[in-house]
Amino acid sequence: MRTEMHLCEQCAIEQGIAAKTQISINELLSSLLASQPSDDELFGPSEPDATCPHCGFTLEQFRRQGVLGCPRDYEVFEKALAPLIEKAHNGATSHRGKVPIRTPQQTKKQMELANLRQQLDAAVRAEDYELAAKLRDKINQMES
Amino acid sequence: MKLTDISSDINEWFSGAGPLAEIVISSRIRLARNLAGYKFLSRCSNAEKAEILQKLKDVLMALDLGDQVFYISVDKTSTLNRNFLVERHLISRHHAFGKGPRGAVIARREFFTAMINEEDHLRLQVLKAGCQLSACAKQIDHIDSMIDQKVEYAFSPRYGYLTACPTNLGTGIRVSVMLHLPALKMTGQIEKFLNATRDMNLAVRGLFGEGTEAASDLYQLSNQVTLGICELDIVRQFENTIIPEIVEYETAARNHLLSKQVDTLDDKISRAMALLQNAQLISSQEALFLLSHLRLGINMHDHMGASTPAIKRLCSLSRSSKADKDKGLSIATINRLFMLTLPAHLQLNHGKLLDSTDRDALRARIIRSALTQDV
Repeated sequence: MRTEMHLCEQCAIEQGIAAKTQISINELLSSLLASQPSDDELFGPSEPDATCPHCGFTLEQFRRQGVLGCPRDYEVFEKALAPLIEKAHNGATSHRGKVPIRTPQQTKKQMELANLRQQLDAAVRAEDYELAAKLRDKINQMES
Repeated sequence: MKLTDISSDINEWFSGAGPLAEIVISSRIRLARNLAGYKFLSRCSNAEKAEILQKLKDVLMALDLGDQVFYISVDKTSTLNRNFLVERHLISRHHAFGKGPRGAVIARREFFTAMINEEDHLRLQVLKAGCQLSACAKQIDHIDSMIDQKVEYAFSPRYGYLTACPTNLGTGIRVSVMLHLPALKMTGQIEKFLNATRDMNLAVRGLFGEGTEAASDLYQLSNQVTLGICELDIVRQFENTIIPEIVEYETAARNHLLSKQVDTLDDKISRAMALLQNAQLISSQEALFLLSHLRLGINMHDHMGASTPAIKRLCSLSRSSKADKDKGLSIATINRLFMLTLPAHLQLNHGKLLDSTDRDALRARIIRSALTQDV
């Protein structure tokens, strides 16, 4: 026998018919935090009691609130946050894109080189040797 | 400027104009930024929040945006005004109902908003009608660069723009499009679309957040990854791959309705017309649901030359209605009904707070008046 039901999304989820169709950023973060089997796997090795000397924030507070206390937390808790950042950003570990106007030329150059090296790795992995050769030449040119 | 100066009409991004607007209602880009030398908001006292607010407000109000700008003190304005700003997508719900000193600088034509002290010190937003992500990207980049000349952003060479939540790290960019996908819904393919977007690391939300997409067939699609991919690549991914594919699927579903399920299509449109023309009380959710079907009918007529019996009736209603007697019932009129009958819009335009039943009666009256000749 076939039964037709017209349900709103919420009811469908409650009855286990449809999966929840959207995940908010905070939910994503919470699920990443909650699903971790151990601190070391998601947060990386770190002292759980570590406190940021600049803002007094702790990893425990981050775990509860999902937001950090100050920009310096990224350095203070770097080892602990790196695996989480990598997971949230589909494996990415460094910035590509716009930089502020005040960024020194040397820093911009270093960032560009780091990006080119990542692209080179990706090209080699994808066996795109033509692109890899071009990237290698560009890197050599920038380094010389 | 008062909010009632803008509340009686729709904003540009919801006008129904713009490329691919029959499916892509609007394009939006947001950037998250924080000031160097300050803590993130979770650790700021109210005095520090007030200092950040003043500093950014001064910079933003002095920018040349090519439009008049106005400032709203979000923490001090009424709940009705806050809800109104959320309904118009000028500020987020998080900003509207957050804590502490916070404000918004808004362009008069509503293409730009800067939310100060939302989750980050600054959230910039550019909104345009239809599929115009490249134009949004260009404009928001220009505005961001103007602000960058006046303040120092928190930035690290490794992680890019530093944000309170690590999920926004890097570019701090959220690219999103609002899509109208009624045919995918009617043909039972919406779950496939939702699953595909999840596989592509995209987030899907309803018109006003969770749970509202079922009512309006409107879906906001946005990127989740902000680190390791540059702003332009994200925009290109949307414009060259994601949007064309979704437009193709929705168009195919509309064609399928016309060729194989015309009775289903006509039933939805006819029921929507009958209810909207006759209801004495109508909730916001029901109005969104029914107006969505009228929008589909008009778009199928205008863009695909569809003329099923129900679409013909819809179009003849159009020509005889007061609202569009010269040019036919337009998408702009449907969008106007869509927005102006939302709860905060209704109350602001009516000049007083109304209880739910009074709102439903007023909403029904406005819709009847727009869609029926002799009301």
